Amino acid sequence: MRERLALSRPTEASSGKTGSWRTFRPVVDREKCNACGLCAQFCPDSVIDEDLVIDIEFCKGCGICAAECPKEAITMVREDR
Amino acid sequence: MTAIPKEEYLLKCTSACAGCSSSLCLRYITKAAGPDTVLVVPACCTSVIQGMYPNTAMDIPVYNIAFAAAAACASGLSNAFRALRRETNVIVYAGDGGTVDIGIQALSGAFERGTDFLYICYDNEAYGNTGMQRSGATPLGARTTTTPGGKPTTKKDLDRIVEAHDPPYMATACSAYPLDLFKKVKKALSIRGPKFIHILAPCPPGWRYSAEKTIEMGKLAVKTGTWVLYEREYGNLTINGPSKAAIRKPAPLEDYIKGQGRFKGVTPAMLEQMRQQMQANITRLVREEEGIC
Repeated sequence: MRERLALSRPTEASSGKTGSWRTFRPVVDREKCNACGLCAQFCPDSVIDEDLVIDIEFCKGCGICAAECPKEAITMVREDR
Repeated sequence: MTAIPKEEYLLKCTSACAGCSSSLCLRYITKAAGPDTVLVVPACCTSVIQGMYPNTAMDIPVYNIAFAAAAACASGLSNAFRALRRETNVIVYAGDGGTVDIGIQALSGAFERGTDFLYICYDNEAYGNTGMQRSGATPLGARTTTTPGGKPTTKKDLDRIVEAHDPPYMATACSAYPLDLFKKVKKALSIRGPKFIHILAPCPPGWRYSAEKTIEMGKLAVKTGTWVLYEREYGNLTINGPSKAAIRKPAPLEDYIKGQGRFKGVTPAMLEQMRQQMQANITRLVREEEGIC
């Protein structure tokens, strides 16, 4: 059916896969992580899920998670592209 | 602690800059408001970060409207919903340009009419969407593209303008304290009438600091006393915990100023003026809380 109204539909990745914006990739050291969840709380793009796994396809690499981690379990590693 | 809902109404992958505090705020506001909400967004960063047609990152209805009309549009929406006996939340999410400069007449009008809605101003202290031009909310000494030598005048005190309308609930918040923001939105939506929340939203490209410091900058603004977190419920002022601690033992103002490229040209005289203003603001709020004035 033809869409008569110019409505935008809710979609993930409405701006494409923003993982390609990244210069630095967050790498989690599971040994140091105590699962406090502050990284997920402060992530502006909600790419960190309940199990604290970072969705690398969408992560823009801002580094807030690494800066706010109290255990310093996240390091930002330069992407090689 | 209040349980934060797991549902996200701001879907992954908006076109916001890396480290954007506005999308962080929007996440918690929509979580607090729930799915029965209509968002009214005037021209601001948020009208861009939704993404491009035919897609949108917002999982709730959004009404994109002209700069000057946000609060007026929300008035109409709110009245229509109430006439249908529906309790849908109407939230205006506007930037500082759309609130303190262009949208202020509609804001004032809606507050005077007593519309049942929530107005949220996220304040990055300039017109960020168009590349950081000065706004009425830009603080003294801040460099923007239209004030390359630093803004010579001070920030417009929006909260006192809104306070003059005597709303049942108004509050300030900061993106570095998302749980506090969540609670304030929840509380605001439980009250009938016009409500107002003013959020300080640090902006990495505009304030010229690197993206990972967004939370740190917000916390510094509160810890130095530059931004005071408070709530005013039916005229009774409460200063919130983090700001109470900051008033007792403030962090040096230089920590906040030095971290931002936009304050590069601040002279010692300007710094002193900023400190005096900050102190005057804090004194006024503390006296009000104690019931002296």
